[in-house]
Amino acid sequence: MSDLRELYQEVILDHNRRPRNFQKLEGANRTAEGYNPLCGDQITVHLILEDGVIRDISFLGSGCAISKASASMMTATLKGKTATEAEAIFETFHKMVTADLSRTFDPLEMGKLAAFAGVREFPVRVKCATLPWHTVRAALEGKPEPVSTE
Amino acid sequence: MRAAGDTAMTARRPAPERQRTFDVEKVRADFPALSQRVHGKPLVYLDNAATSQKPRAVIDAVTRYYTAENSNVHRGIHYLSEQATQAFEDARAKVARFLNASDAREIVFVRGATEGINLVAQSFGRRRLKAGDEVLISVMEHHSNIVPWQILCEETGSTLRVVPINDRGELLIDEFQRLLGPRTRLVSIVHVSNAIGTINPVKQIVQMAHDRGVPVLIDGAQAAPHVAIDVQELDCDFYVFSSHKLFGPTGIGVVYGKVHLLEAMPPYQGGGDMILSVTFEKTVYNAVPYKFEAGTPHIEGVIGLGAAIEYVTGIGLDAIGAYEGEMLAYATGAVSAIPGLRIIGTAREKASILSFVLDGVHAHDVGTVLDQEGIAIRTGHHCAQPVLQRFGLPATARASLAFYNTKEEIDALARAIYKVKELFG
Repeated sequence: MSDLRELYQEVILDHNRRPRNFQKLEGANRTAEGYNPLCGDQITVHLILEDGVIRDISFLGSGCAISKASASMMTATLKGKTATEAEAIFETFHKMVTADLSRTFDPLEMGKLAAFAGVREFPVRVKCATLPWHTVRAALEGKPEPVSTE
Repeated sequence: MRAAGDTAMTARRPAPERQRTFDVEKVRADFPALSQRVHGKPLVYLDNAATSQKPRAVIDAVTRYYTAENSNVHRGIHYLSEQATQAFEDARAKVARFLNASDAREIVFVRGATEGINLVAQSFGRRRLKAGDEVLISVMEHHSNIVPWQILCEETGSTLRVVPINDRGELLIDEFQRLLGPRTRLVSIVHVSNAIGTINPVKQIVQMAHDRGVPVLIDGAQAAPHVAIDVQELDCDFYVFSSHKLFGPTGIGVVYGKVHLLEAMPPYQGGGDMILSVTFEKTVYNAVPYKFEAGTPHIEGVIGLGAAIEYVTGIGLDAIGAYEGEMLAYATGAVSAIPGLRIIGTAREKASILSFVLDGVHAHDVGTVLDQEGIAIRTGHHCAQPVLQRFGLPATARASLAFYNTKEEIDALARAIYKVKELFG
C-alpha cells in the first residue's frame, strides 16, 4: 500500500473527488481537446488568454484519478500565469513525472504539483498526468486539432 | 511443395474425447510464467483475453525448431528444410482437426485474427461489394472487425450496418433478421465478445444469413481458447482466430475458408511462395492455401501453435469449458457481492470474461491498485469502444479467466477490489 500512497497522495485524491475549475468557461477565447487513445481519457481545456496572460482557465472531461487531479491542480496553478511561465512549469513537471532522476525537485518550486512526483514510479500512468498539460499547451498555441498522447 | 489433394492435406477429426477430471494445480505447473511473483506478491494473471500464458510444450516446440530444425520451408531440397516443412504442415493439419475443417487446404496462416479479417475483407469482400451494398456486423465487435469493413465500405461505396444488443449484452436476433436485407452481401460477427464475454449464437446466425444467400465470417479470437469449434457444423464461410490467445506464440493466426471460396479469391499479398511461376508477362499463382501465404512464413509461430493445439486438445475443450464455467460463476458471485460494483455484460451464454465498473473509481485506478497486489487485469475500452458506448462507459476493468486460474486467485481479486474502495473511499 505504501507505493500506492506515494502515487495517490491525499491531495491527488482530494482533487479527484472535488476537481477545481471543472466547468465550462464563459468568454473563453482558447479551447483545446486532449485524448489518450490507449485508455479513452478525454479532456477539454478552456482559457481566457489576454496579452499573453492566462486570466482564467477551466476543464471538462473524463479520466482516471491521476488525469483528473492533474488537470484540476494544473488549472489552479496556471491561473494568472503568462504563457511562457506555463510552458516552463510544464517542462519541470514533465521532468518530474518522467523519472528524470538527474536532478532533484525543490518542492517549493513545484508547489502542490510536487504531489505528482510519485507518478515516475508508475511509467504507464505518466500519460495520464501529462495529458492536461499537453492540452493546455495546444490551447496556448491555438492548435485546432485535438491533442493525442500517442 | 505439396500438391493439392496430397493425402497429408486431408484432416480427420479424432474420436470424441471422453470427459477427464481436471486438475488445476497440475495444469498450472505446465505454465512457467504463472509461478513468478509481481511486486512481491504471487502473480494472479487475469488478462487472458489480451493474451494467454504459454505452456512449456509450446516454449519447447519453438526452442526445438530453432535448435534442431531451423530452415526455410517449402523450397529446400536438404534434410533440415524437409524437417521444417514437415513440422509446418503437420501444424496445419492440427489446426484443421482443431476446427474440424474437412480439408487442410482450408487453413491459411496469417499474422493473427486481425490480418485474417483484413484478408477476407480485401480478397473476398472487395469483389462482392458495390455501391449501395451492405456489410452487417454487431455492436459488440472488436475494432478489428469494424475498421477493415469501414475501409472496404469507403472503397466500394457500401454501407456498414450494425446489429444492436440488449442491456445484458446479448445480440438482438430479431434485429439481425430485420437488418439482413436484400443489399446485405456479407455478415461478419464475433463468436465471443472480448469486452463483455457474450457467446453469440453463431450457428443460428450463419443459418439465417445462408437462408438469404449471404456468406458469413466468424471472428473467433476469443472463442478459440474457450469453446469447441466445428466449422462444418457451423457451416460458416470463414472463421479466424489468433494463436496467442490460445496459449500459442504471438504473430500467428488462422483464416479458415471454404475451399471453393478460397480458390475463387485473388491473392491478398504478392511475393514468393504464393506463385507457381513468374515471368514479366504472366505470373501463375500457387494453389490454396499457399496462394495466400506470400513470403517466408512465421515458421516457429506455426509450429508453436500446433503444440498449443495439441496441449489444449489434450486437456479437452469440454473439460476446459466445464471448469471455466464453474470459475465464472464463482467470480461473478464474488465480485458482484462488492458494494458499488457493477458487472457489464450479463449474457446468459457467456465465456469467462468479467468486465466491471466501480462507483466513483476509474478503471485505470482499479488496474494500478490491483497491479500492486500482483493481479494483472485489463482496463480501458478493450479495443471495442462502440460496445462500451452502448453502455455509456468510457472504460471498464476486465478480469478474463483461463483454465489455469483458481478460486484462490478470484478471492485475491475480490480482496484487492476492497483495497481499491478503501483507498478511494
